[in-house]
Amino acid sequence: MTEITSTSTPRRFRFERHASAMLLLAAVAIYVVLVIALGQSRFLTLDNLVAILGRSITLGITAIGQTFAILVASIDLSVASLISASAVVTSVMMNGDPAMMLPAILAVLVLGAVVGFINGLVIAKLEVNPLIATLAMSLIIQGVLSYYYNNFAGNVPEEFQIFAYGAWGIVPYSLVFMFALAGLAWFVLRFTRFGSDIYSVGGNKDAARLAGIKTARVVIGAHVICSLCAAIAGIYLASRLRSGAPWIGAEGVYDLESIAVVVIGGTVLAGGRGGIWGTMAGVIIFSLIDSIFNVAGVDAFVKQVLRGIIIVAAVAFYAARSQRSAA
Amino acid sequence: MTDQTVAQTPGKKRTLPHINPVYVLVVALLLAIIVMNPAFGEPTGYMNFLKRMAALGILSAGALYVIVSGGFDLSVGSTMTLTVIGSSMLASNDPNTTYWVIPLMLGIGLVIGLINGLVVSYLKVPSLIATLGMMITLGGVAFMWSGGAPRGYLPETFRFFGRYNITDVPVIRILPIAVICLVVFGVLLWWLLHRTNFGRMLHAVGDNPQAAHLAGVPVRRVRIQAFIVSSLSAVVAGVILGGRAGVSVDIGSGYELQAITAAVIGGAQLLGGRGSVPATIAGALALEAIFTLLNLLGLAQPVRLVVQGLILIGAVALATYQRRRAGR
Repeated sequence: MTEITSTSTPRRFRFERHASAMLLLAAVAIYVVLVIALGQSRFLTLDNLVAILGRSITLGITAIGQTFAILVASIDLSVASLISASAVVTSVMMNGDPAMMLPAILAVLVLGAVVGFINGLVIAKLEVNPLIATLAMSLIIQGVLSYYYNNFAGNVPEEFQIFAYGAWGIVPYSLVFMFALAGLAWFVLRFTRFGSDIYSVGGNKDAARLAGIKTARVVIGAHVICSLCAAIAGIYLASRLRSGAPWIGAEGVYDLESIAVVVIGGTVLAGGRGGIWGTMAGVIIFSLIDSIFNVAGVDAFVKQVLRGIIIVAAVAFYAARSQRSAA
Repeated sequence: MTDQTVAQTPGKKRTLPHINPVYVLVVALLLAIIVMNPAFGEPTGYMNFLKRMAALGILSAGALYVIVSGGFDLSVGSTMTLTVIGSSMLASNDPNTTYWVIPLMLGIGLVIGLINGLVVSYLKVPSLIATLGMMITLGGVAFMWSGGAPRGYLPETFRFFGRYNITDVPVIRILPIAVICLVVFGVLLWWLLHRTNFGRMLHAVGDNPQAAHLAGVPVRRVRIQAFIVSSLSAVVAGVILGGRAGVSVDIGSGYELQAITAAVIGGAQLLGGRGSVPATIAGALALEAIFTLLNLLGLAQPVRLVVQGLILIGAVALATYQRRRAGR
């Protein structure tokens, strides 16, 4: 009797733990089979692998932050407009002058921190539904931004483009930076008190409060981290595009895609369960899907249809197993 | 004598909070518009205003069903786009097609709502993600159907609902068909949500799905029906909007958020259990009135976004504050 329970419990546990890895393996397998079947082995080189990963840096950095927001049972829909705003502020402040690089980066980080702080404050103190609060924040940022700019504004100096285009051998700095950021996030979540507080608050807010955790501070902290990551993603995008425009965040659909990536990575939308490496697996799965479409030569509109179906199917893959009913 | 006043005061206290603040807001906004632009007080002025908000009114009343059931429907905007583009492709400028194109579009709406509902109820995908996926998918389908650039235009018979005005009506002079549609569908949706068993079950599901299930409510079926109502009203709104504004590829984008905003201004409780169709339509009126006011003030399009954002936060924060003060 005890044996049965002890074997059945870890099996369910194992599935949830390794589901994102299984999805990743499935995506890799489909990609490899497709490339071999089409006889295009040039897509299997290391260079191509790095290229696949390099395409999803912005999404990856954003998703690292989004993981914090979702873990604490919140959500952030303002990341896309914040990315646009950060990219525009970066390029306008630098305006080709290398001396302005540091002030511009600092200004954008402060902007991100302030946006995250306001998001967190509205959600934790005014108890506004996080979806609505961040959606409203997104509208406000987008409105202010498009009031002043309606096209590419400013430009970043040559030196700053190293962030996006520089590389050690074939490994771009930005890729290393993304994984370093993921490592840092993992460390914070795994080994610090703030990290364990995030899981407690996301799992059960009332229990966390009764256990003496200042839940409002944790929610605000998670949102500050989320918005900081979006700001960094905006800085990276400005470096890659050499300038910033008020629509680049919305065009990349970073708000929805970052949420989809986090959920595909096995972080539960209701909060309290999941982690950074699942999110990174989700990011890689997404860029692999893109590559599969490219290799297979799928029409852009069909691609969009398949994308929508894949997001829902991947979430269903997790959700159908859980006993809780969804809202 | 003293007895009467004593009896009256608690009565007053109890009735005061029942006046939904959204109606006060609408009246104030409309008065402000009339002060700034006296032509608005003329029948043609306010009838055109109502005609402009008819699509949003019907859309948000339908989206309210999903909100009351405890979910979100983000796919309504792209359903509207699909309706407009699909109709223009099918009609191919032939006025005689309208009689089967609109029922066909309603059928497509039914299927969209059914899929949304099935995915949410049986695959247990959170409605936010499920309808988001549907939104992305439908956007792709609309593009595929039209090949990226819609050809043709909507025939006059199709545009009748959104464009035509009955003239020479006594007192109000003109009566747009869109306003009649708004009233008809508004009453229909009000009756379905507030006067039927289905509406009661919907409230129960949104308030507490477990309790509703234990009380014998078919939770899954009710949820699916809510999504179907939402998608069907999106098709109706699409027909009216297409009739008024013509064909374009992004005609419905942004409407999903405006519908949620209208419901929130109308006092609907996000994540379910409470909402009112008349108040939601009043919320749509308020939103459109604010946009009109911003136009009159000469403020550019981006300011609309900022104001919409501030209203959203303000309305939800106010509702939460009131609920907390009421101890619920």
